[in-house]
Amino acid sequence: MVRIDERNAAVEPRPARPPRRRHTQRVPVALLLPAVAGLAFLVLPLAGLVVRAPWATLWQRLTEPGALTALRLSLQTATVATLVCLALGVPLAWLLARVEFPGRRVVRALVTVPLVLPPVVGGVALLLVFGRKGLLGTWLDAAVGVTLPFTTTGVVVAEAFVAMPFLVIAVEGALRGADTRFEEAAATLGAGRWTTFTHVTLPLIAPGIAAGGVLCWARALGEFGATITFAGNYPGITQTMPLAVYQTMEGGDLSGAVVLSLILLIVSVTILAALRDKWITSG
Amino acid sequence: MAGLTAVALAGLVGCGGTDDTGGNAAPSAEVTGAVTVFAAASLTESFTQIGKDFEAAHPGSTVTFNFAGSSALATQINQGAPADVFASAAPTNMATVTDAGNGDGTATTFVRNQLVIAVPKGNPKGVKGLADLTGAGVKVALCAEQVPCGAAAKKALSAANVAITPVTLEQDVKAALAKVRLGEVDAALVYRTDAHAAASDVDGVEFAESAGAINDYPIVVLKNAPNRAGAQAFVAYVLSDKGQAVLTAAGFQAP
Amino acid sequence: MTATRPEPATGPVLDAHLAVDRGTFRLDVRLRIGAGEVVALLGPNGAGKTTALRALAGLQPLTAGHVTLAGRDLDRSDGRLRTPTERRPIGVVFQDYLLFPHLTALDNVAFGPRRHGVDRRTAHRTAAEWLHRVGLAEQARRKPRQLSGGQAQRVALARALALDPVLLLLDEPLAALDAGTRLDTRAELHRHLAAHPGATLLVTHDPLDALVLADRLVIIEHGRVVQEGDAASITAQPRTDYVARLVGLNLYRGTADGHSVRMGSGFALTAADRVHGDAFVAFPPSAVALHPHRPDGSPRNTWPATITGLQRHGDNLRVQLAGPIGVAADITPAAAAHLHLTTGQQVWVAVKAAETRAYPADTRPTT
Repeated sequence: MVRIDERNAAVEPRPARPPRRRHTQRVPVALLLPAVAGLAFLVLPLAGLVVRAPWATLWQRLTEPGALTALRLSLQTATVATLVCLALGVPLAWLLARVEFPGRRVVRALVTVPLVLPPVVGGVALLLVFGRKGLLGTWLDAAVGVTLPFTTTGVVVAEAFVAMPFLVIAVEGALRGADTRFEEAAATLGAGRWTTFTHVTLPLIAPGIAAGGVLCWARALGEFGATITFAGNYPGITQTMPLAVYQTMEGGDLSGAVVLSLILLIVSVTILAALRDKWITSG
Repeated sequence: MAGLTAVALAGLVGCGGTDDTGGNAAPSAEVTGAVTVFAAASLTESFTQIGKDFEAAHPGSTVTFNFAGSSALATQINQGAPADVFASAAPTNMATVTDAGNGDGTATTFVRNQLVIAVPKGNPKGVKGLADLTGAGVKVALCAEQVPCGAAAKKALSAANVAITPVTLEQDVKAALAKVRLGEVDAALVYRTDAHAAASDVDGVEFAESAGAINDYPIVVLKNAPNRAGAQAFVAYVLSDKGQAVLTAAGFQAP
Repeated sequence: MTATRPEPATGPVLDAHLAVDRGTFRLDVRLRIGAGEVVALLGPNGAGKTTALRALAGLQPLTAGHVTLAGRDLDRSDGRLRTPTERRPIGVVFQDYLLFPHLTALDNVAFGPRRHGVDRRTAHRTAAEWLHRVGLAEQARRKPRQLSGGQAQRVALARALALDPVLLLLDEPLAALDAGTRLDTRAELHRHLAAHPGATLLVTHDPLDALVLADRLVIIEHGRVVQEGDAASITAQPRTDYVARLVGLNLYRGTADGHSVRMGSGFALTAADRVHGDAFVAFPPSAVALHPHRPDGSPRNTWPATITGLQRHGDNLRVQLAGPIGVAADITPAAAAHLHLTTGQQVWVAVKAAETRAYPADTRPTT
């Protein structure tokens, strides 16, 4: 029962924000070397394309109707596929990050299946479900008269299938990183779960959604295996740029394939850079 | 005539092998190690069998196959892929390789193949010839013109004066056939051998105009073959009676 | 909804029994707060203060008990009634404010009214009024990251008050501020809390916040209420070590027989008050004098002790001593220099009986 008075508990003032750390100038060699090697590994194949490109015929290739058609189709389908992924993937990510339910781990593992599945296998799997004789496809065909294979919609389905995990994983990560107490604060102000999601959660994780969307779009744009397997290859309908590249190469026209690849690359990088600028200046 | 050529070539190959290894009496004993064969996708079943037979005939050797579209293979070879033998489904793709100076000598035609109309088992749409493929209710898969089966299909269709609007232009004959097997299309123009190999799922409908689009399959030992003796022995085996028997059984025609 | 009958003036706005089981920790606290009353829930870290606040807000389910606010049951563990947070007439100021980073100060304050169906223009007008009231009319268009800590705290307060909550909950509202800002903000917070017509519960571990801001203190330790009352009664008669430490007193418990209180060790202290039975004895460190030798003329409470610690305490020196009872003494620097105090030194401790208070331990002071 002995009590000794101590200092009156003075509360340590907590700074609202930690002071921003300044970047040090010295970079450890152990990090720098593998970083440079990694960059070289990623960039060299691109350099290979650039070196091999017959620049003289680039413009002529670009203006060929086939190339333009494939490019336009690629951009359209990748964009629609990304929108589909956003509409379905963001709620799925929310479910995985915010709701405890039995088998959540299994569901999370299932979401990554398209990542590990070879895209061609993914295409076959899609055929087995959405194909004319597929589990759902049969019903779709009979009830609505819709068949997905060999249609532009089929391309979107294939691209969304392989690209969605990128979005879900990015958004779920953003959701887990976001402070859920903001959602509690919203609740104390009278916001229900849906309003909280739209007015608080979504704006908070907007950068994560944007990053996931970009990954998703890029993956959809480069999609080849699932597309050619599920949607087939027909100019103007299902022949996206990667399919056109492959077909050109199959025809023995390597330099043509290189040119088409570069066009796809330049256009996609330009679009991403433009979007990035827009976000940075507006954000 | 063809048989003579094959025998003569086999003899040559045997001699070459003997020379290289310093006069060993039994040529078959020379062939050891891995033989890497780049072969057209349509050769998958028959060459796999031939590979097994070859390994049995030459203990100590292993045959590794890379089956893909002929043009993809040609590109890979010209880019320096370490292959010993190239078996193409069309002379044009072979020319891509030999023109680039990557063939060792000239290519030899070892089989011929011709197109059939592959339809789902039982032929539900009652396809009897090319003319039946023009209807709006019939979905057709063709190979892209850039690949041999597509080039052959184009030739056959123009010979028959039939215009088809396919739903897809597949990159190789196996992909076109897969669309039939999965029921996604009602018909595809594929090689007879492919229809033969998929006989459990599809029927092959012969049509007269295919005679105008017969496809020659050339084979060649590659100049930069890591295992030249093995390559020569394998080519010789393909051209031998035993090899030809396997190919004929798969639906190919002798050249 | 039917018109709510006005509460009798004497009835509490909040009547709650909060029981929460979380593993080995159990919170069991009863709280009653009247209209316009500010109650501070004070306690050491881990005492369950924030759990209690979250239970009132509906962010933490009750294991047992109830929450009744303005005569309306919000939570009743037996009746399986649980009003979700968003439908409780409460306002919360969180410890680090949790202002929505993507919204301006104005939109943060307007957020509550908007969610309660107020149209955008009216909500913005209400929000602007509140920002004006907390002195931030100029900062209405700023994002939270452009606000100072004190400004953010005021926006958070305005956001919570903009809904005219029946119960206002504040979780360590000043803890995130630096010392200088805290002084001003505390004074201003006092003004707003005094003006708030509803009940207010302030969670804090800072006794100064509690003493300045609250009408009444409820002190909890290990999930239980250990003492409650107004500031004067608590500082005069602490009932636990924690409370004694808070108010800066040496506190002992023993058995009293008149002026003498005997500890378990047999050591006795003489107090000014007459008590019998189980009793507390308390005296401030400033009532302790130290002598190099046994003092003459002897105050009754003297004993030898060993110095175990020395530290600055305001203008004085705080000396920790071990002996028959541990004790803290506040010595002026002059006296300390005169005595040449060092750790391990033997000294004599003397406590004036006149400054030693004794009070019964087994009854609670009426509040």
